[in-house]
Amino acid sequence: MQVYPSPPVAPIERVAQARAGLDAWVREVVDWHFDPASGCRFWLERARTLGWDPRREIAGFGDLRRFGQFEDAWLRGGPVERFVPRGLAGKPVFVFETGGTTGIPKTRINVDDFRVDYELFSATLPDEHFPRGANWLMLGPSGPRRLRLAVEHLAQYRGGICFSVDLDPRWVIKLIQKGWSEQLQAYKDHVIDQAVTTLSANHDIRCLFTTPKLLEALALRLESMGTTIRKAGITGIFSGGTEFTPQWNRFAHEELLDGAYMTPTYGNTLMGLAGSAPSGPHNLYKITYYAPQPRAVIEVVGFDDPDRLVEYGGAGRVRLTTLTKEFFMPGFLERDEGEREPPCEQYPWDGVSGVRPYHAFAATTTVGVY
Amino acid sequence: MLTLPVLRWGEPYESLEADEVVHFATGEPIARVSRASGGLIQRDLRKAARARAALCAIPIDELIARAGRAGELYMHATLPMGDRTQSPDAFVHAQSASTGLPERMCRANMKKNAFVLAEMRRILTALTRGLDFDVLTRGHGEERQVPVSYQAQSPVLGLVLPSNSPGVHTLWMPIVPLQVGLVLKPGPQEPWTPYRMAAAFFEAGIPREAIAIYPGQAEVGAAVVDSCPRSLVFGGQATVDRYRGNPRVQAHGPGFSKILIGDDQVDDWERHLDVMVESVFANSGRSCINCSGIWASRHTKAIADAIARRLAGVRPLPPEHPEAALAAFTVPGVAEAISAAIDRDTQAPGVTDLTAAHREGSRLVTEGRAAYLLPTVLHASSPGAAVATQEYMFPFVTVVECPQAKMLEAIGPTLVCTAITCQEEFRRQLLDAVHIDRLNLGPVPTTQLNWLQPHEGNIVDFLFRARAFQSAPLA
Repeated sequence: MQVYPSPPVAPIERVAQARAGLDAWVREVVDWHFDPASGCRFWLERARTLGWDPRREIAGFGDLRRFGQFEDAWLRGGPVERFVPRGLAGKPVFVFETGGTTGIPKTRINVDDFRVDYELFSATLPDEHFPRGANWLMLGPSGPRRLRLAVEHLAQYRGGICFSVDLDPRWVIKLIQKGWSEQLQAYKDHVIDQAVTTLSANHDIRCLFTTPKLLEALALRLESMGTTIRKAGITGIFSGGTEFTPQWNRFAHEELLDGAYMTPTYGNTLMGLAGSAPSGPHNLYKITYYAPQPRAVIEVVGFDDPDRLVEYGGAGRVRLTTLTKEFFMPGFLERDEGEREPPCEQYPWDGVSGVRPYHAFAATTTVGVY
Repeated sequence: MLTLPVLRWGEPYESLEADEVVHFATGEPIARVSRASGGLIQRDLRKAARARAALCAIPIDELIARAGRAGELYMHATLPMGDRTQSPDAFVHAQSASTGLPERMCRANMKKNAFVLAEMRRILTALTRGLDFDVLTRGHGEERQVPVSYQAQSPVLGLVLPSNSPGVHTLWMPIVPLQVGLVLKPGPQEPWTPYRMAAAFFEAGIPREAIAIYPGQAEVGAAVVDSCPRSLVFGGQATVDRYRGNPRVQAHGPGFSKILIGDDQVDDWERHLDVMVESVFANSGRSCINCSGIWASRHTKAIADAIARRLAGVRPLPPEHPEAALAAFTVPGVAEAISAAIDRDTQAPGVTDLTAAHREGSRLVTEGRAAYLLPTVLHASSPGAAVATQEYMFPFVTVVECPQAKMLEAIGPTLVCTAITCQEEFRRQLLDAVHIDRLNLGPVPTTQLNWLQPHEGNIVDFLFRARAFQSAPLA
């Protein structure tokens, strides 16, 4: 097992302050979702079955476990309107999907959350690598996923314009599952062809969102053309996924990026976007993610007991709680696992490292698809 | 613990991700093996031409001599192994510990590899049909007053190697002397031979940039196949089916090797019992060349019963025991699954397990983490039984009752066919049967190889294309 140096730990008072802020936010969010004037049908109906009043009895984050586990199936299938809070009635509603290669995907409604999440994330991006006003390329899954609009908003929020390509990850997963490797390669080539064309079209693109697999393919393609990611104009990249391992992080920095800056992220439609503590040779490229608290909280819980936090450094399943005025989702067990990490200087709350597919599902999970 | 790096054109690269190789019986870690990735391989393979260029700078005659020295070193020297060194005895011990193969079989496989390296000149002469080796280097020349040209189809050969039978390594020994680089993906439980052989080659003067070793998971094997214009892949039937018809890939899977006894010889079947037993039992039945089917028109129950009696006393022994003959199954659950499948096979009409009567206890023997399957002989009263063409990775054979006239139609794809018959017509039909790869006429064990002959296709034909070539002087 690899031993990593420990990152600087957050001072105890900042951790306590963050926790107090989280508890206050939990009360506000629970008030909103369980107030008949502002809550959504889903939670108001569930409140009637609970036998207790969340608005009176939820005093902080720790009390949320009284809701039990948020079931995956509740997000699959409609009517999706039951998740739209009455307090947001009349606002334009987006719906974003996750999963769905076979069967009904999970859906989450959005009004402004994706914008807020990415504006918060924007504050973590160093301007010298992600220059204000620079244009972006979004080289990742499009269609009904939130990433497409979110990255575009991020670019616009930072004063730039976002270019993108089409990428259907459900088709990619089918190609992998059917073993159609030639078609898979052709589709990947098709996506990379478009990215290279866009990068060569004099649009002054300097920032990139992409996935590890596509970044690798793009870098290798550019290398075969005698150029590099950096020489193609890219100065800053953010990327994410369970493929983003310390070894891949190191390989990318040492052999693919030619000096371009890259920051790992862990995100999905249900959570938003988790940033990461600085990683590099100093910590053997270890990647630790921190949820965008208080809007979302990540906990690492026992494989056999989701109500028990594992010890720091211990492995467990990732449990997500999303806490926004648009979406309340307490105690959702993710399809990932990892190690629990202590609060750090930049993020004074728990993090998770070594994120990978939950081992009980790993055999049936197709990862690294795009 | 021993650590093995990725070898990127001979240069060690320690990955931040690693897999453990564990002892098959105790689960104790033996080695920590760095894990390569697809992107890393794709990037390295951009430099594949350097591997061939480095080898082409050395005449094939000299490479043959160095391969011979490498064979000596492989057999007798203490060689670098990751961050340590390893003696031949330690190599055998480690290979046995991770693969479950008895140590005496590991030693026998070692001898096979060393033999091929020592006999490289004769083997290459046979495989190239006496071609002047310089023609392969130059790409053209003249043979028997006829211009000839052979074009290398790839600067390197990719190999996705198995864990189950260290014997298959003989297939890639001739590659380096043919001035083609090696890109090896070791089997997860058998990293030992690729690393030891690479170390022996380097010590013998083979350029480091000619050999790359990429341990890792399935993604790594796929990347090797995708990135190398020519690859040998070892796997199950699904792997063979996946690559069928792909000119870039030679897939080696189950052999479904068989012995056919002609009507003219079957009444004397007892004379050939030794050949049958050896064909089934050698190398613990793990090879594609082990016999999994014996076909005859009569006496089949008696044949099955005789083989079953011979093998009934076989028991698992400690791997270091000089008489150990059974290999352990190292992947949990596999032996149990195979045994259950055989039980289902015997439910079919006309199928019986002849060993059950002679054996005490169950076919499946578990000892700690290790599991063994005792030799099993089934009888099928008709070639229509599904088990008639089944192969399992232990000493397993089905004796099938089938009229001689229907045999060739019914046996299906057969890697090695030993046909015991003197009937000219039947021998002619066997020679013409395109679903038989290696053909032995007469009582030759299916496991007996002649190293001067090709195995599942000639590797020289796979790597070099014969083509037309003309030149005229420029004024």
